[in-house]
Amino acid sequence: MWNSRRMVLAHLWFAFAGFGLALSLGAWQMFVRSPLSAWISDPELYYRSVTAHGTTMAYVFPTLVAMGFGYFVTEKSLSRPLIGLSWAWIGFALVVLGTIAAIVPVALGRASVLYTFYPPLVGDPLYYIGVVLVVVGSWVWVALMSINMYRWKRDNPGAPVPFPMFATVAGSYLWGWTAVGAALELLFQIIPVALGLRDTIDAGLARVFFSWTLHAIVYFWLMPTYIAYYTILPRAIGGRLFSDSMGRIAFILFLIVAMPIGIHHAFEDPQVGAGFKYLHSVFTALVALPTLLTVFTICASVEIAARLRGGKGLLGWLSALPWDNPVMLGAALSFVMLGFGGAGGLINMSYQLNATVHNTQWVTGHFHLIFGGAIVIMYFVIAYDIWPHLTGRALDRLGLMRAQLWTWFVGMIVLTFPWHWVGILGMPRRMAFYDYSDPTIAAQAASVTMSVVGAAILVVSAVLFFVVLVRGQTAPRAEPPAYRFSVAVHPPRSLPAALNGFGLWLGLMVGLTIVNYGFPIAHLLATPGTAVPAVNVGQRQ
Amino acid sequence: MSGDRIVSLHNPWFTASVGITAAIAIIAAVAGFAWLPLQQQGERFDGIWDAICSAAGLVRNAPSASQIVGANYLTTNVEVVPQMLQGASAESIGRGATLALRCTMCHGARGLSQADTPNLAGEYPITIYKELVDFKTSARASAVMAPLVADLRDADMRDLAAYYAYLPRPPDLRATSDVPPRIVANGAPMRGIAPCGACHGELDSKPGAAWLEGQPAIYLRTQLAAFASGARRNDIGEQMRNIARRMTPDEIAAASRFYADRP
Repeated sequence: MWNSRRMVLAHLWFAFAGFGLALSLGAWQMFVRSPLSAWISDPELYYRSVTAHGTTMAYVFPTLVAMGFGYFVTEKSLSRPLIGLSWAWIGFALVVLGTIAAIVPVALGRASVLYTFYPPLVGDPLYYIGVVLVVVGSWVWVALMSINMYRWKRDNPGAPVPFPMFATVAGSYLWGWTAVGAALELLFQIIPVALGLRDTIDAGLARVFFSWTLHAIVYFWLMPTYIAYYTILPRAIGGRLFSDSMGRIAFILFLIVAMPIGIHHAFEDPQVGAGFKYLHSVFTALVALPTLLTVFTICASVEIAARLRGGKGLLGWLSALPWDNPVMLGAALSFVMLGFGGAGGLINMSYQLNATVHNTQWVTGHFHLIFGGAIVIMYFVIAYDIWPHLTGRALDRLGLMRAQLWTWFVGMIVLTFPWHWVGILGMPRRMAFYDYSDPTIAAQAASVTMSVVGAAILVVSAVLFFVVLVRGQTAPRAEPPAYRFSVAVHPPRSLPAALNGFGLWLGLMVGLTIVNYGFPIAHLLATPGTAVPAVNVGQRQ
Repeated sequence: MSGDRIVSLHNPWFTASVGITAAIAIIAAVAGFAWLPLQQQGERFDGIWDAICSAAGLVRNAPSASQIVGANYLTTNVEVVPQMLQGASAESIGRGATLALRCTMCHGARGLSQADTPNLAGEYPITIYKELVDFKTSARASAVMAPLVADLRDADMRDLAAYYAYLPRPPDLRATSDVPPRIVANGAPMRGIAPCGACHGELDSKPGAAWLEGQPAIYLRTQLAAFASGARRNDIGEQMRNIARRMTPDEIAAASRFYADRP
């Protein structure tokens, strides 16, 4: 009864249920701090909502999608049952338990510290323990991905690991290592204070630990999206993947350069030296490499499909693409948002330009466009693509799916473009109340109102998404043909050991982390007098 | 092919990937730690090693030209942390009750009075303790309080704080529909004024900030005026002076009346 289909479905349903609730909170937040709403008179309610929204959207939703999709890819690409099914259920149970443990104190107003924790703010210990449980549950998945790949390699000596599995394992390793930063912060800095064992906290060191996690977590969110670009899109539109090796190199590059770059989130932090900020800035720029490799490979793959369908001319082939196919449409819309979001990211990663937008609404607009836009729209596409294989029932409302993807795209643009704009005008982030009657910021009222409209469109889109999935769950049974991933133009017969395993790349990832983080962490640990009194939240009298 | 040794100088994947990564890191480090710091205008380094240490984030001595300027008035010497004065013993409260006999003339037998002096019943212990210390060190000036605290020891002031914190606050008799004025609920963000309630208990409590409900309006108004004029300056970090200076007389009156009207 407890087969892997149910297990994957459980992951995805819990993920999307959390997403739906957190999305509603996000829309409410956008509304109450807009000029359309009278001030709610209690900023604590706003921060409570922001904490629940961020915790669910950043830790629970993408982690469960990556886990569920990862298990699915393992079985389908290795063509054999998942090893460790019961462990997968245990990992899932830990994530569910952790989510509940974290959200209950947030809902009670005892941990309104926002999902990035913001030490020296300290809330209810149960919140942090819940987050740790979510991470531990996801580490079960990391281990299972690794075990499944190495068992398969042992049973198939010399054979290339199927690319979807290779990419999934890369994503799992990236997460396994990047989560260590936040885990160190929680276990050694915040939780002892939250439990009352210590009164002070080294906020600067804690922020450096969190930056270890904070940037690569975005690439972990991105991994299912990129895997879908490479392994679902070319097959879904009747083409082939342009290059298997190029894909492997892109994922390897993500593994190495996405990790030790997080201090660009701490450009304004005085406790980190300017030299390390520069070093992290340089490696952040290198993330453009795997991104551009992906853009090239996917565009080439799509062009192959278009020409196979009779497309002609320098750009005329674009019209030969199956635009009515939700996978094609979703990937194209994702690329557009990735382009805009990436361009904005170039500003955030450069030291001087960042100073103009630091801690403004620009940053919030940026990560909503990248994560909520480019990444999450592909989560929808993944769900549409694999749902029939999980439920044994067809998803046949293609029109509804297209409407859902379009509304998500339009909603996200209408939400985030004005959001970027008010950021440039200097509107600070993480504030609960804006006095739009003041002439200094009255001009921003129209832009914020536009963002509220965007948020409302996103809520409509999410409703459509659930309608499609629920209808798929209740449709008559129709067992689909065997699931296939994209096949490369030249499928690899044998590969250099370096492209068929991770030993070298994990070594480089850890080595580069030590180079980029070792000294700042050791220095802060060794510097006396850097701890400050903790500020407890949620203790009203 | 998969049987190749990965970590080997004969493996081009190993030499190229490690070599390129190391080269990028070294070039970036030379630029970030040596070349760029030395290009900075206005930075004075004692040689390249000093520049490297600065870029690495090592704590360096401030240039001798910029001396730390001290305040030319007495400042509070109480270091307020949220965890202080928690869990007072019954003995401490009892000693405080005895010591408080000298306070009853103005502050009432049980910490409540009609004399336009602050009501102390149920006040946060950190607040009571800090104000007593400040009166004693003259960081807060008061001709009435100064002689009364002159002979108090630190332990006495802790006991007094424990006693008044132990007394019950007067019950809230106001309707919850009572709408606070804008300055209390919202502050004035564009003038850098946080809502009063963000520190004084309506929305959140900050250590050192007093619980204001039921305090005499004239006392609150006088204190805000004293903060605004600089006559009172024992607020750590100058937060009350900055707020009071930017408040209009109407806002001061509205906030004082609101808190005073609350029992």
